[in-house]
Amino acid sequence: MGGYAVYVWSSYGIALVIMLANAIPPGRQQRRLIKELRRRISNGDRPE
Amino acid sequence: MFVWFHKLASPPFFYRFAEKLAPWLGWLSLLVILAGLYGGLWLSPPDYQQGDGFRIIYVHVPSAWISMFAYMLMAAAAAIGLIWRMKLAHAVSAAAAPLGASFTLLALVTGSLWGKPMWGTYWVWDARLTSELILLFLYLGYIALNHAFEDRRTGDRASAILAIVGAVNVPIIHFSVTWWNTLHQGPTVFFGPKAEMPPSMYIPLFIMMFGFMLFFAAFMLKRLQVEVLQRERNTAWVRELVEQS
Repeated sequence: MGGYAVYVWSSYGIALVIMLANAIPPGRQQRRLIKELRRRISNGDRPE
Repeated sequence: MFVWFHKLASPPFFYRFAEKLAPWLGWLSLLVILAGLYGGLWLSPPDYQQGDGFRIIYVHVPSAWISMFAYMLMAAAAAIGLIWRMKLAHAVSAAAAPLGASFTLLALVTGSLWGKPMWGTYWVWDARLTSELILLFLYLGYIALNHAFEDRRTGDRASAILAIVGAVNVPIIHFSVTWWNTLHQGPTVFFGPKAEMPPSMYIPLFIMMFGFMLFFAAFMLKRLQVEVLQRERNTAWVRELVEQS
């Protein structure tokens, strides 16, 4: 790659990491939040 | 059409709309990005000066574009939230911020990695790089301020003002390479007789920009759903939603 390989692949690698870090957490947070809210409702629902 | 827009401002309507739309945007963004990567890494020829090193452009430019677009979206939503007191607008701002900050960081890092082999340095305090770095600080400041208050509304209002005031930085970033003598190169001419880049190089670039836009839209919607759930957790519609799921 003319010596540029480390720079090019690092760039794409970091792009992948950052995009995954933005893609995965929201779905998890959503499921966790719904579960938590369901538990709180069945426990008698103390609003905060 | 206008009625539908109005409905979108209602958190439960928006939440259900986002739940349906986000996966489509997400998967589509993956397809488009893969197509862009194929064009950029495989089909486009090496540059006569930079060889294969120029291929960083396919992540660097889309990231930088999104970093600015996301900020304008954040600032516009903040202004709408302040002026019309629309709580969903503040949620949009809050949802856009971490994504925007991520892409700003990505633009800075990939730019650094491109600068080292081409300019001989990871960093220089020229107008574009410095103003993009300031954009990152504005995003981080927004996020910090948003979370700094007990009262959600105060947090929203304070951070909204920061977002709006900081918006002046975006045209500065854009015009920096024209207004000042910068190491960062100026705007690229794509079309016409003085075109500096052939279609085989710029078509994958436009595809990647589109793919990144779709990615931003998809995951901003997801984050916005989480924001809305948190903000509206004591309402009847959330209760109903949670009980049904």
